[in-house]
Amino acid sequence: MEGYPLLEVKELRTRFSSEKGTITAVDGVTFKVDYGETLGVVGESGCGKSVTAESIMRLLNEKSTRYDGEINFKGVNLLSLPEKKMLDIRGNEISMIFQDAMTSLNPVFTIGDQIAESIIVHQNLGKKEAMEKAVEMLRLTGIPSPEKRVHEYPHEISGGMRQRVMIAMALSCQPSLLIADEPTTALDVTIQAQILEVINDLKEELNMGVIMITHDLGVVAEVCTRVAVMYLGQVIEESDVDALFASPRHPYTRGLLKSIPTITGDRSQKLHTIQGVVPALDNVPKGCRFAPRCPYATDKCMTEFPLLETLENGQKIRCWHHQEIMEREAASDVITAAT
Amino acid sequence: MKAYILKRLLSMIPVLLIVAIFVFFLIHMIPGDPAAVMLGPEATPEEVESLKEELGLNLPIYQQFFEWSLHALQGDLGNSLYMNQPVLDAFTSHLGPTLSLALLAQGVSIFLAIPIGVLAARKRGTGIDRTFMIIAMLGMSIPSFLLALLLMLVFGVQLNWLPVAGYTSLSEGLWEHLKYLILPAISLGTIQAAVIARMTRSSMIDILSMNFIKTAKAKGLKQKVVIYKHAFRNALIPILTILGETFGALITGAVVTETVFNLPGIGQLVINAITRRDYAVIQGTILLIAVTYLFLNLIIDLLYGLVDPRVRLNRK
Ligand SMILES: Nc1ncnc2c1ncn2[C@@H]1O[C@H](COP(=O)(O)OP(=O)(O)OP(=O)(O)O)[C@@H](O)[C@H]1O
Ligand code: SF4
Ligand SMILES: [Mg+2]
Repeated sequence: MEGYPLLEVKELRTRFSSEKGTITAVDGVTFKVDYGETLGVVGESGCGKSVTAESIMRLLNEKSTRYDGEINFKGVNLLSLPEKKMLDIRGNEISMIFQDAMTSLNPVFTIGDQIAESIIVHQNLGKKEAMEKAVEMLRLTGIPSPEKRVHEYPHEISGGMRQRVMIAMALSCQPSLLIADEPTTALDVTIQAQILEVINDLKEELNMGVIMITHDLGVVAEVCTRVAVMYLGQVIEESDVDALFASPRHPYTRGLLKSIPTITGDRSQKLHTIQGVVPALDNVPKGCRFAPRCPYATDKCMTEFPLLETLENGQKIRCWHHQEIMEREAASDVITAAT
Repeated sequence: MKAYILKRLLSMIPVLLIVAIFVFFLIHMIPGDPAAVMLGPEATPEEVESLKEELGLNLPIYQQFFEWSLHALQGDLGNSLYMNQPVLDAFTSHLGPTLSLALLAQGVSIFLAIPIGVLAARKRGTGIDRTFMIIAMLGMSIPSFLLALLLMLVFGVQLNWLPVAGYTSLSEGLWEHLKYLILPAISLGTIQAAVIARMTRSSMIDILSMNFIKTAKAKGLKQKVVIYKHAFRNALIPILTILGETFGALITGAVVTETVFNLPGIGQLVINAITRRDYAVIQGTILLIAVTYLFLNLIIDLLYGLVDPRVRLNRK
């Protein structure tokens, strides 16, 4: 498997069919994650972050979901793998921490049993050794007195603890890829920071690739090396974290960045929200998907669909006018500076 | 746990008291002279008077109730006028067939309903699901005696595989005992199965959409493990409630089936007691059925605790 990138998602398309028709929740998503790298995936609610993540592990209901494109994991396309082979990948090679820790643990089994379960399945260990390993994993995530905790049930521990249990469970088989779907939403700030630290430390230790899904640009700045920005089922910009924060190119990314209030900045600066609403998935704009909300939209944007374009510095942008917009902004900056 | 059971047992007392009061006054709600009504029109005044004396009907009412309760507490529920035996003995000797039938019918219903319910939930929205649910709908609307007669006709009369009616107690051998119970158990069980299958299906559908099912799948567990270990254990909680209800109904509500198959169970005891105006038996049976129900509920609640750790915690 050497020589292949850890994960390469190419033109992934995930469709749900129901009696009402088909919707395409993920529409041509392309990105890459390497060993030891953390890719941030950001975007407004409903843009397809979770569906992308669950598609990678093929967790969605097989009957109503159709995947197209490629998900190359260590050079093997997961989409063409038989379900039986996928069982060896899930929880073993690729693990996932879910969005909602409160409901992601089974209420009727102890924490220890739930962590030990994947260890037993993937590592051929007996119940007793698996339990010892579970204790060890919990200790690694910073849970105090883990040998007592393993006998507790999910309802007996706090939200932050449950998220640590999820992390312990996800990392118990030393996966090469960890997908963390908003692992810190709904947790308070100090616990948030601790959880991110745990994930980051373990990433370094295992040289894992991480996909960090989040709404929170603060989290991105803190832990990610690269970022993919999603809008309505597509990646509209992908670049290094530094480049993204220094010079966001896509009008949507600019909008998102403006919407984080800076602590040091002008107090009167209003939290900038992007005007307009996200169109429904069964009624996506024909041209650029962001056109109805974009202040720079032209006739071309309304009718022609922009492709993801790669710039010399490796930054990728899906916008017809990003070059002009940048030049115009640069010029207006000069003018404001001069006056 | 012990404290919990004790608490539950204590909480039965008020319920039993209410039932006892109701049952006691049943006899005093009979218009006219209860002793005369019991003995029927041909009885002589002397006979009526001596029965009154025997039943203590001449005493003040509070004293009657007090004595009746005191006896009842010691298990003395009086004597049956027609069977010449204590009511408690009559009840226990009729409980055997009813309990055997209820257990067997419940077994049949679980055996049919749970796999069908789980399958329907997994294949939700498909032809298999719809077919099973239509059958279940039909099953729920068939009167039990109709199915009983049909089974009798086919397996008893036409094929002659099983006896049409009657009963042998367990002491005569397991097969001898079961032989008479199979047809009634199937006729009761299939109808109950319809209810349980629908509950299993909806409960499983609920659980299968929960986040922890995705977690289980993401661990790399086989679908079978995800469904039968992770989902079913959770789905069992509401199913248990239905099982408790259906079992209660089997014990008290199998009157028609017991009559059709001529099984000497509680149903028959009650029917006979009513037609013969055997008041002591009616009183005692109602009281004992109430006790059975209360214990059944307790057992179901204890089972909840076994299945669901959250219930266990609340009991501490
Ligand atoms: N099983 C499904 N069937 C049909 N539509 C679905 C299904 N799962 C998700 N969707 C739709 O796909 C879109 C993308 O959902 P997704 O959960 O990926 O959003 P998200 O980016 O993770 O949002 P959030 O930040 O709120 O978690 C949504 O419009 C959602 O309604
Ligand atoms: S393509 Fe046009 S509408 Fe779309 S983001 Fe760029 S400028 Fe805006
Ligand atoms: Mg999501």
